[in-house]
Amino acid sequence: MSVVETKAERAAGWNRPPAVEPEGEGELLEVAMGPHHPSTHGVFRMDVALDGERVVRLKPVFGYLHRNHEKIAEGASYLASMPYTDRLDYFCSLTNNWAYALAVEKLAGQEVPERAEYIRVILAELTRIQNHASTIGFLLQEMGASGTPLMYAFREREKILDLFESLTGSRMMCNYMRFGGCRVDLSAAWLEATKKVVAGLPAFVDEFEALLTGNEILMARCQGVGVLKPDLAVNASISGPMLRASGVNYDIRKVDHYGIYDRFRFRVPLGDHGDVYDRYMVRVLEMRESIGILNQALQEIPAGPIMDAKAKLRGFRPKPGEAYGRIEAPKGELGFYLISDGSPNPYRYRVRPPSLINLTVLEDMCLGHNVADVVLIFGSVDIVLGEVDR
Amino acid sequence: MLGEGIIKGMLETAKNFAGSFVSEDRLTTVEYPEQRIPTAENARVFPFLVYDGSDWEAGMRCVACQICEKECPPKCIYIEKSKDKKPDFAGKMQIYPTRFDIDISVCMSCQICVEVCPFEAIKMDTQFELATDDRFGGLLLDRRELSKSNEYYHSIHPTEAAEVDARLAEEKRAAEAKAKAAAVAAAQKAAADAAAKAAAPKIETPAPKPPDAGGQ
Repeated sequence: MSVVETKAERAAGWNRPPAVEPEGEGELLEVAMGPHHPSTHGVFRMDVALDGERVVRLKPVFGYLHRNHEKIAEGASYLASMPYTDRLDYFCSLTNNWAYALAVEKLAGQEVPERAEYIRVILAELTRIQNHASTIGFLLQEMGASGTPLMYAFREREKILDLFESLTGSRMMCNYMRFGGCRVDLSAAWLEATKKVVAGLPAFVDEFEALLTGNEILMARCQGVGVLKPDLAVNASISGPMLRASGVNYDIRKVDHYGIYDRFRFRVPLGDHGDVYDRYMVRVLEMRESIGILNQALQEIPAGPIMDAKAKLRGFRPKPGEAYGRIEAPKGELGFYLISDGSPNPYRYRVRPPSLINLTVLEDMCLGHNVADVVLIFGSVDIVLGEVDR
Repeated sequence: MLGEGIIKGMLETAKNFAGSFVSEDRLTTVEYPEQRIPTAENARVFPFLVYDGSDWEAGMRCVACQICEKECPPKCIYIEKSKDKKPDFAGKMQIYPTRFDIDISVCMSCQICVEVCPFEAIKMDTQFELATDDRFGGLLLDRRELSKSNEYYHSIHPTEAAEVDARLAEEKRAAEAKAKAAAVAAAQKAAADAAAKAAAPKIETPAPKPPDAGGQ
């Protein structure tokens, strides 16, 4: 494994033997890809050893964006950590909010009103669509399709972010969910605007697919590249679209029934090969399923309160205990583990970030491939460095 | 056929390119700063302090309770309390902040100060063009720079401001009614006391000391 080194490996340092036997003669070329490399989605370094163009060793190095999120949270009140969760995976602030709120609600035993649950589902699925669209856009950007697919994705993302702004006040740092509900209620006008945007989404996915799915260059670059076997995926605790692309049927929305997801009809798309193309395809299909969930939720959303009547903003002290709240974030299983000792701040606050854990198999996927494919495989993992380093 | 997918994709881009000349929906670029989209009503960028009336210092709603200072996640607010008091919107005597600084280079516009403020004194602005070449002094706003009128608040968040005004008017009415009731009760009590005194038989006793004079 690449992230957790054994003692012998650490002693050998960078001089440990390559994981893949080099062919031919001569020395290995050692390249540090990153931390300032446009393909690394932020500040992330991959130390690769190359035999010609072939990768024989890869070591991910992270921590450049470490912001001490967990320790800060242990010194702050429960509420004060909510805006910081926006900044973990800054593409999907609303699902981060939800995961944290879910953990605290479990800890404090709070109930969430019906309407708030529906609002959460609507916002989470919108987040999923915009995340997957932009992930595919970035993947294509890294493949060399400079601009077009990414701009198409961002055009659609913009519409969704406008919805977020008009509801929560901010486009990306939404800070919207509260323990026991949501901060502000959505208006009828907002619901209408959302219905209009959602009605336009299938056309966008069709357009996106016409642009990309059958493209021969994309197929040649993606198929059979970066294969992740299901047993390794499960053993390495991979989650999200990356796990499902390897053919493992595991979606926390189906498994855990958190929120009200058992009320919606949707399918879980699965891949066959676990290569980059499957990861692309699973994301496209997930967008379609999310549109289905959105249509149901927008239709069924009931009237009523959006906050638990017993919930209070200030002086929140859950009784001593521990809780783990997890949701299916667009990137995988996002979990918050909290221990309370009865004081206003958590005794322990731990984030289980999907991006970091999905990155751990990077070496296994990249070995034997060309350098250009490393960029591609890395892009298909779908990470945000804010969440990897925290 | 090889290349079919590429041609299909090219057609899609061609459709979008041609469409951008005829359809507004396909032409999504806004040429900022010449062109501007109006900000959403709920938009939030950095807090400001609301004052009533025309004088910012006299009308300031903040009573320096320091709740926002405590709850602020990145701790960007600094408050110093006054020694004396001034009347608030309902005429009640309150402490006020002699110093209220927000370091907007630290502030992350999370709105928690607004949510916890019990006096409707701090609200979110929508002004985002705040670039400055002075990165220390220019980004540390004092209470004068933070103070903005209630009219301004109404102009940026009309719905929310109307709700706040209604709530404050209700509070003021309740406070006035309470004061009035207290005054009436006091008058009644005084009248009753006087009547009782008049009705009571006169007994020659030394006048008792006033009860609150003891400690003075």
